[in-house]
Amino acid sequence: MAGARAGPLSKLPHRKDAMRAQFVLSEIGVGLRRNLTMTFAVIVSVALSLALAGGSLLAREQVSTMKGYWYDKVQVSIYLCNKNDASSDANCAKGPVTQQQKREIKADLDKLDVVEKVYYESADEAYKHYKEQFKDSPLADSLTPDQMQESYRVKLKDPTKYQVLQTAFSGRQGVQEVQDQRSLLENLFNLLNGMNIAALCVMALMLVVALLLIVNTVRVSAFSRRRETGIMRLVGASSFYIQLPFILEAALAGLIGAGFACVLLVGGKYFLINNWLQQKIVLINFIGWDAVIKVLPFIIAVGVLMPAVAAFITLRKYLKV
Amino acid sequence: MIRFNSVSKSYPKQNRPALRDVSLEIERGEFVFLVGSSGSGKSTFLRLILREERASHGQVHVLGKDLARLSNWKVPHMRRQLGTVFQDFRLLVNKTVGENVAFALEVIGKSRGQIRKTVPEVLDLVGLGGKEDRMPGELSGGEQQRVAIARAFANRPMLLIADEPTGNLDPQTSVGIMKLLDRINRTGTTVVMATHDQQIVDQMRKRVIELETGRLVRDQSRGVYGYQH
Repeated sequence: MAGARAGPLSKLPHRKDAMRAQFVLSEIGVGLRRNLTMTFAVIVSVALSLALAGGSLLAREQVSTMKGYWYDKVQVSIYLCNKNDASSDANCAKGPVTQQQKREIKADLDKLDVVEKVYYESADEAYKHYKEQFKDSPLADSLTPDQMQESYRVKLKDPTKYQVLQTAFSGRQGVQEVQDQRSLLENLFNLLNGMNIAALCVMALMLVVALLLIVNTVRVSAFSRRRETGIMRLVGASSFYIQLPFILEAALAGLIGAGFACVLLVGGKYFLINNWLQQKIVLINFIGWDAVIKVLPFIIAVGVLMPAVAAFITLRKYLKV
Repeated sequence: MIRFNSVSKSYPKQNRPALRDVSLEIERGEFVFLVGSSGSGKSTFLRLILREERASHGQVHVLGKDLARLSNWKVPHMRRQLGTVFQDFRLLVNKTVGENVAFALEVIGKSRGQIRKTVPEVLDLVGLGGKEDRMPGELSGGEQQRVAIARAFANRPMLLIADEPTGNLDPQTSVGIMKLLDRINRTGTTVVMATHDQQIVDQMRKRVIELETGRLVRDQSRGVYGYQH
């Protein structure tokens, strides 16, 4: 008997769906307007947390781009003693490096397996490079070529095998210092990583705030519409149908927040990197638009799914069927 | 239509069960009054039929289904075959009379055409023809209850559950509501009505089920409100 009555309904799936869609949409509008301030808070916190998430993803991308770029160029430098160092540096107490010592060092370097290439940089060349690098700085004029050090620039097959050179050459006659340039960069990368972790922590915190706000918004929303939902329950609306407006409401707020986060990221890339950092720091190879565009779908997906899931879980508790 | 098979219901944190070992059967097309003082278990009885609660012991069958075995997601479909009317009307005050009735049809996914056809029909049936665009607040209590009945009846339910539908109404208005429920009953819909209204029960002379502290103490066809010895 029940089946016979329900029959004609199920034959009209399309009109039925259209009807429902319209009903659900009007409910969402009502809900969002009703808690405008809460919705606003949700949007802002979602936008900030996702922008931070995207920012830290991009920062990680930036670090790996820079690593790839620099590790390729960076070498181990073996600085040789010059006549000024003889008095100031304990390693050079025996006086400046001699031609004989230089030949020995070069020969030993060529014998090592880990070494790919060895360049010699004379004091004059070092002076020239230094002048180039600091041409805008008053420091450049304060140095003379004979203050510069001669050095061997060693390119390793595997940049991590620096220790081999360190043990072989530091403390040797005529060698002032063996310096792994990678370790200089390492400091920079560690700093960037530290900042990245800090950003992730702030993001996690913001995400928690966003989640709590969503949970609270949904709760208030469910409470303020308990009369409607109660009646819907009575007349036999399915729980999915009752919950859908709330879930879509949360998802829509999340989507708007994610949209703002995307705008922040694109704006950050455009203004901060393209128009500012890239002009100031020519040496660094910055991430391109492709990296930014790769992050955006992820931001949108998280921005929509996270509030929807949070709303769904909240409703299981606050909207009994 | 409804079958209770030694049904007990206890709520957590209450030592006295709300219903104790109640067995009864309500046939299709019957009109049944459910009487008893407050706390006698009437509300629990109705909530069990609506599957808002589950029985602690025994089986509740409604419309041929064992409600204990009915999974949660099928409950809404069962409720679509029931109509419910309450003492407090439960209308949406910010929607018109017509929208209130339409709302019930919308949420179960009826097409717009069907809704447009059904709403004036049922409003006519309950005697509110032409008041479709009025707000519930502009209507008298009796008229509001008629809207609620129209909403409950819009889907042509097999079973109408009424929890003190005349509890907020004066005797004159109550009679009108009872006439309406009687007419609905004559269309073949089973009506189960919990009430405190002695006059109505005595006048209608329908089957009376009395509960007292959760026990079924009287089941009398063509009965009256109080005991008759």
